[in-house]
Amino acid sequence: MRFLLRRAGFFVLTLWAAVTLNFLLPRMMPGNPALAMMGKFHGRLTGQALQNLETIFGVNTRESLLAQYWHYLGDMATGNFGTSLFFFPSPVGQVVRSAIPWTLGLFGVVTVLAFILGTGVGIISAWRRGGVVDSVAPPLLVISSAIPYFWVGMMFILIFGLKLQWLPWSGGMDITETPAWTGEFIGNVVQHAILPALALLITTIGTWTLTMRNNMVTTLAEDYVRMARAKGLSSPRIMLDYAARNAVLPNLTGFAMSLGFVVGGAILIEYVFNYPGVGYMLLQAVENEDYPLMQALFLLITVAVLVAILLADIATAIFDPRTRTTR
Amino acid sequence: MRLLKAIAGNAKATVGALLLLAFIVFALVPGLFARDDPTAQTYPRNLGASGAHLLGTTGLGQDTFAQAVYGTRQVLEIAFGAGLASTLLAALIGVAAAYLGGWADAALSLFTDVVLVIPLFPLLIVIAAYVHNSGTGVLIAVLTFTGWSYTARQLRSQALALRSRDFLAAARVRGERASYIIAVEILPTMSSLLVAALLTNALYDVLFASSLQFIGLGDPNSTSWGTMLYWAQNNEALQTGYYLQAIVPGAAIALLGAGFALLNYAFDEIGNPALRPVRGRRRLALPRRPRQEELSRA
Repeated sequence: MRFLLRRAGFFVLTLWAAVTLNFLLPRMMPGNPALAMMGKFHGRLTGQALQNLETIFGVNTRESLLAQYWHYLGDMATGNFGTSLFFFPSPVGQVVRSAIPWTLGLFGVVTVLAFILGTGVGIISAWRRGGVVDSVAPPLLVISSAIPYFWVGMMFILIFGLKLQWLPWSGGMDITETPAWTGEFIGNVVQHAILPALALLITTIGTWTLTMRNNMVTTLAEDYVRMARAKGLSSPRIMLDYAARNAVLPNLTGFAMSLGFVVGGAILIEYVFNYPGVGYMLLQAVENEDYPLMQALFLLITVAVLVAILLADIATAIFDPRTRTTR
Repeated sequence: MRLLKAIAGNAKATVGALLLLAFIVFALVPGLFARDDPTAQTYPRNLGASGAHLLGTTGLGQDTFAQAVYGTRQVLEIAFGAGLASTLLAALIGVAAAYLGGWADAALSLFTDVVLVIPLFPLLIVIAAYVHNSGTGVLIAVLTFTGWSYTARQLRSQALALRSRDFLAAARVRGERASYIIAVEILPTMSSLLVAALLTNALYDVLFASSLQFIGLGDPNSTSWGTMLYWAQNNEALQTGYYLQAIVPGAAIALLGAGFALLNYAFDEIGNPALRPVRGRRRLALPRRPRQEELSRA
């Protein structure tokens, strides 16, 4: 219980840090970028909406920095992120909500798949040290994790989209489709998702394989594994129930964290595939100097990570009794 | 000398070191390899590969090969600049936390953890969006101050493990200052970890910096691989058939990245005896672990 309370405290503290960063960054920059943004949209915004943005970015206010900060915290706590300038006149919250399902659907699936596949290869690779899988997979995956994933996406677009014309490579669905729960629409969405998903899968499997392999190698040397062998248990049983089960524990936290990173993690894949998710929207906001939208998306991405970490902590507390006694 | 031997004895390390070395040579004397001025917009646009232009020309009529070769310099400046700076910062914070203990440790660790979980790339995008056209110096500074936390955490736990060792007790009894003990006694014992951290950080700095430049948040007039990708994307190089403009810079990043990653992987094997086939004697008298062969026969 104390462990979880401490983690909840950490959650609040980090959230506060992210909000404060959002508040301070535009105010710290030379030549107040927010001022330039407001100038650009001058005349389109009036009344309450204008005042609202002015308080958020500290433009034209006679308030002290501290009072501004207090205001800002209040706005964030009540979910008042202002008006999106690029998707004018929609409020930021509404714009953000339209992007979330795309990102969650596509990259949630990819993240889970990458974890399962990567961990599996890691287990086999450590179990048969020096075997075929062990000598081919890790070096290959080391190299693949060094390739910029957006570039892999670009090469996929070139080969499978433009040259072979197997799959669509732009957007989340055909413009002619209307969203509905029909087989045709779902098929269309899935088709659009395949290339970005593969590009991301290829570049993320490597990390899981390598960490799992190394954890496994350490775990295999433990006494309880030797004990299991002495008892004459079958190899698959030792491999999965004794070694892999313990070796995967440190990775579970990482996995939960990566689920949180799903929301913001594949920004550049969405960018090259024009995929209408959170990351693509973040870059649109940046390109159009839509700072209210940008701030809200940054907060959303941070919150997603924090929630995932908190869930991982709870899971660890349940599965790993050591955390309950120590720490 | 021992380091060279270790690198030569490990295939992954050899390949990684050669790749890195090649890029360092490109960065130091680009003029030896490319005749053209990388920024001169003097040639016909969007040429394919030919004898005169090994990798064709860009949408602005610059020689792509010259750009790739000259671009190495900025990429390596960022890799080593930001990589070194963030590793040093991490070492300072991590080791200080472990050595000082108590309240200082609690505060520094908490700070490290907070920085660690704030999503890095979105944060970089937000900062770069406010800055506009970040040049080399700004990129290095931003990458340094956002990228130290993971390493700091690693080094802290390593330093914690060292804390109760006799040679540190001896130094304390001699009455050495904390700063001396950290710099002269603790940090050198962690050199393999520091090198591994430097390689990892350099790799990520290359990827992050190139990504930022690719989406147009770098200085569009600089010569570097990320900027090349930005112009290729602007020029719709893939859709219009000028593939080389997009393939060349991406492949360069991938090769340099592979160099860092392979070296790092090899250092892991060299530094962590459990991960490699056991040869020779260990320096520390750890309880002997069963060898792989024994395990699989058991």
